[in-house]
Amino acid sequence: MDRLEYDDPILHPKEDEIAKLRNVKIYDGDAKSATFENGELIATSHRLVYVQSGSSNGLSLRLHYLVYVEEEKSSGFGFSRSKKLLLHLSEPLPGKPPGPVDRSSCSFIRLSFKDGYDSSFPNNLSAALQKKKWETAPITSTSLPEAPPPVQLPGRQLRAGIVGIERQIQAKHKATDDSISLAFEDLNKLMSMAKDMVLLSKSISDKIKEKQGEISDDETVQFKSYLLSLGIDDPVTRDNSRSESHYHQNLARQISSALQDQIKEIGGMMTLPEAYCRVNRARGLELLSPEDMLKACQIMASLGMPVTLKVFDSGVKVLHLSTHNDQSIIKTTAEAIEESGSYTAEELAQVLGMSVLLAKERLLITEKAGRACRDDSIEGLRFYPNLLLEKN
Amino acid sequence: MQWPWQYDFPPFFTLQPHAETRAKQLSAWRSIVLDYYKHTKESTLDVREAQSSPLFFNSTINRKLSQEGILLILENLQKTGNAEPLDKTKNRWLIFWKSPEEWGKLLYNWAQARGMTNSVCTLFELVSGDDTTDEEFYGLDTEIIIRAIRTLEVERKAEMMMYDDNQGVKFF
Repeated sequence: MDRLEYDDPILHPKEDEIAKLRNVKIYDGDAKSATFENGELIATSHRLVYVQSGSSNGLSLRLHYLVYVEEEKSSGFGFSRSKKLLLHLSEPLPGKPPGPVDRSSCSFIRLSFKDGYDSSFPNNLSAALQKKKWETAPITSTSLPEAPPPVQLPGRQLRAGIVGIERQIQAKHKATDDSISLAFEDLNKLMSMAKDMVLLSKSISDKIKEKQGEISDDETVQFKSYLLSLGIDDPVTRDNSRSESHYHQNLARQISSALQDQIKEIGGMMTLPEAYCRVNRARGLELLSPEDMLKACQIMASLGMPVTLKVFDSGVKVLHLSTHNDQSIIKTTAEAIEESGSYTAEELAQVLGMSVLLAKERLLITEKAGRACRDDSIEGLRFYPNLLLEKN
Repeated sequence: MQWPWQYDFPPFFTLQPHAETRAKQLSAWRSIVLDYYKHTKESTLDVREAQSSPLFFNSTINRKLSQEGILLILENLQKTGNAEPLDKTKNRWLIFWKSPEEWGKLLYNWAQARGMTNSVCTLFELVSGDDTTDEEFYGLDTEIIIRAIRTLEVERKAEMMMYDDNQGVKFF
């Protein structure tokens, strides 16, 4: 085993490949467990190269060490079906390049081929031994003793084994360190920006305390620009009730005047998505975002607009006429139910000329007020006058 | 069986979400259940089978009360002492359209009238005997008779006895 040496698995132009075999294990002498396993063996005219899977480093055995190749007869146990080759080796030469094992008592090694090998392989190998191509076309600068390993390619580590692993770990640590410091550079920049922002916000809050609400326009602009560059949404617009910006107030007025007549036509109530579509269609180019629409609608009530936002228990949001109130809805719906005996949401929607969603909401608030009761069956959901409460 | 007007009103078979309406609804159901059991002289109810009984299923309007509703009614009855679950699963229930105390009184009055005090008679005789065919407790579920006797035991007016292989009661 000590005849092996660390070597470059890339073939020299003068080398001829004899065979390439995978899943090869190398046993030192008669050892029961393999010293190296899971590797690929490339037999060439000059050497046997062994590369372990997942590694780019290789081991090689110069063919001149090979005295004799012998096929091992399968052992009595018959555990392993893999073919085995016995390679009898000559003594290691002084000045031999370093290898994985320094001293070995055995003068032969065994190769185990899990995937087997072509029956001509041992013959080809012996033939290569006979040819002794390494004498006529050496692949290193000098003949025996072998020259030191080929020039290191930039950045390539030739060391396998424990030292190689250690180096890999070190390199990983260094890479991690580098990336962390790079990340922290951004954080430092962020912190320095934050300092400015903190100062600015302090001055603003002081001014608020003193004057109660007068923040100069350019300070606001400065603040907003800082926040934007940090990627934070302008917090001024987040909490609407505190800072009713002019924009939203104007918007509220616009929307309510635009939709008032339309809402009246369809019965006094319009779902918010429908209102949103109509508003945007009317605007044409300067479209409104849903958030702006919602915020504008939310402040309509406080501005005393004729149209206001109403949120039902189910979460449905509608714009309705402020004159419209629940009581009148309940009264009209209860009367409608009594007249016809019973109603489903679909039927009521048709009769009143409104969407099924809104009709359902009407029935639900009427039920909530105790003026209707429900009949839930496979035939559907139907509402009756609340005789269960009123009668008996 | 005389069904009340609610029985033909479809919403009656849907558990109402409106609190006040529901309270009235449940109270109406209570009376119907007790009347029905008084009428059929039965005493047990199995929730799993109840949905097919005409009590909870009105075939003319094709409506039936949900199991959730049935259980709610039973639990309500339990609170007023008119029902009792026979097991933890709450699947089988005893219905007392008369309370055990009321039954106890009836039994004792009958015993006194017949001069059966200080004598023993079997439960079988009480519910299926020739002497009792006119009595209200004729054909009553044994479980209920036993409970009735227990109330009498508390008042020292009777005592349960084992009598050969039969269950019997001694009136004092």
